[in-house]
Amino acid sequence: MLKEKYGAEIAEILSHYPVKRSALIPLLYLAQQDEGYVSEAAMKEIAQMLRLTPPQVYETATFYTMLNLKRVGKFHLQICKSLMCALVGSDTVIGWVKTKLGIGPGETTADGLFTLSTVECLAACGTAPMMQINEDYYERLTEETFDRILADLKKDGTCSLKTGPFMWPEAPRAQ
Amino acid sequence: MPKHELILLKNMMQPGYTGSLQDYERAGGYQALRKVVGKVPPADVTTTVMKSGLRGRGGAGFPTGVKWGFLPKDYQGPRYLCCNADESEPGTFKDRQLIERDPHQLLEGILLACYAIGAESAYIYIRGEFVLGARILESAIAEARAAGYAGENILGTGITANVWVHRGAGAYICGEETALLESLEGKRGLPRVKPPFPATHGLYNKPTVVNNVETLANLPHIISRGPEWFSAIGSPPKSTGTRIFCVSGHVKRPGNYEVPMGVTFRELIYEEAGGMRSDKPLKAFIPGGASAPFLTPDHLDVKLDFESVAAAGSMLGSGGVTVMEEGTDMVWAALRLMEFFYHESCGKCSPCREGSSWLVQTMRRIVAKRGRMEDLETLVDLCKNIAGRTVCAFGDAEISPIMSTLKHWRPEYVLLIHEAEAANLIHLKRTMAQP
Repeated sequence: MLKEKYGAEIAEILSHYPVKRSALIPLLYLAQQDEGYVSEAAMKEIAQMLRLTPPQVYETATFYTMLNLKRVGKFHLQICKSLMCALVGSDTVIGWVKTKLGIGPGETTADGLFTLSTVECLAACGTAPMMQINEDYYERLTEETFDRILADLKKDGTCSLKTGPFMWPEAPRAQ
Repeated sequence: MPKHELILLKNMMQPGYTGSLQDYERAGGYQALRKVVGKVPPADVTTTVMKSGLRGRGGAGFPTGVKWGFLPKDYQGPRYLCCNADESEPGTFKDRQLIERDPHQLLEGILLACYAIGAESAYIYIRGEFVLGARILESAIAEARAAGYAGENILGTGITANVWVHRGAGAYICGEETALLESLEGKRGLPRVKPPFPATHGLYNKPTVVNNVETLANLPHIISRGPEWFSAIGSPPKSTGTRIFCVSGHVKRPGNYEVPMGVTFRELIYEEAGGMRSDKPLKAFIPGGASAPFLTPDHLDVKLDFESVAAAGSMLGSGGVTVMEEGTDMVWAALRLMEFFYHESCGKCSPCREGSSWLVQTMRRIVAKRGRMEDLETLVDLCKNIAGRTVCAFGDAEISPIMSTLKHWRPEYVLLIHEAEAANLIHLKRTMAQP
């Protein structure tokens, strides 16, 4: 039950809005953070909390691509395939996943570690090709960095190649 | 030294600048807020912004001060400010940098806007993928609250301005202002029928202003240095100030470049972004995000301001400039963007929902060399039946990749179809030759 586990967080979220329903997406995120996906039980509980009907919660939850209604792997690889990334090789990156992990878009590895999704623009066009893994961005991918990211994630659950506060180009322009 | 004076990117370009409250204050931050809150009547702040000529940086380019002026003057209930940080237009990545590297600049802009329009609550609607950006904003808000710049009783004046971060969840359409409001209300992000406009019936049906990140980030500078200073930059009178252009694609140095409006695409692409990445010449570029029609090398000397780009048959849009070199398959490029629009159509209006699916199928057939000559008419016919027949501007946007590539590179479509026809003939001949 979310309410018992995250009482303080829920109260904080609700305090931001004069109308309860506005808390719906933040609460769905909370449920996803808890279980790794948004379960039916969680949606029912959230409906009750916000005085909505379960279908009202479901109709919102199904609209947004970042809310997973099914379980995904521990690391959710989301590779941008929009034109700006495609111009500089995002299809190649998708190919690496196929050869290195043996999964295509929408599939999860047998060990449940990696799920691949191809997604539309993630606002990192200047540092393409790129992907998002769970909460982190990885940009200007090469085969070398890609291998390192996968290895680090398997080993440590995190990778130092993730992008920090974004600025590109990095250095002041020399004129 | 950069050739042009930087305004929005100035602080973050300083070595060692972290974006903390301390750094921002040291760079002169929050002086604009101190200058006006409780001292200058809110209506005068609006007038100042009107005089500066600042226009919305999200895509439509609507004058910001005029937008604020639409709020009902005698309304007593709550009003809201929403900062549109749902940066999702393919080719655009400037807001992300403004948020993550100089969050207080944006925050000061938000607080100034709150003061001008009399809003006690502001929501920053940030795209869900920007987890880091949302965290940075949260801690910047906490810093500003502790220092008395935000929250209840700002700077001891008794004025309230609470700022909240609200994360979206991966829908492009929520960048459209009424879809953003629906989403913020916890619903599916479907654009509303206008009128009524958000100025009178916005968030929770209350008067609301929705402004883009870059628009709001300009406010502290306009207030500090005066509207005359701002309106002299760029190409006045209609396109004032600088803009951050996001250059992507086949250039040497892709990235964010802040230049005064009115410089040419040639300067932006060949000087700022270092020119083409290889010896292949430029074949095409998109001037303002995926929604803007493609332009050709003939348009390189067009000026980067709202009117000039519109006169060239495209739009300045969100400032996302995508460059393509010789050898790029334009039909494929149009298909890639069409697939984006197909994926992101919210499904409210039939012309867009059904039309985008039909367009993608037809385009895929042509690219796979199974097209027919009639398909070209089908494409044009579909596009004409989408544009202007939808609730929001998405319908007009989604047809621009196909319509503009058909206009400038029609022979590429025809060639693919001829190849399909030739393959058919060979196949026919073979089957007839066999007994």
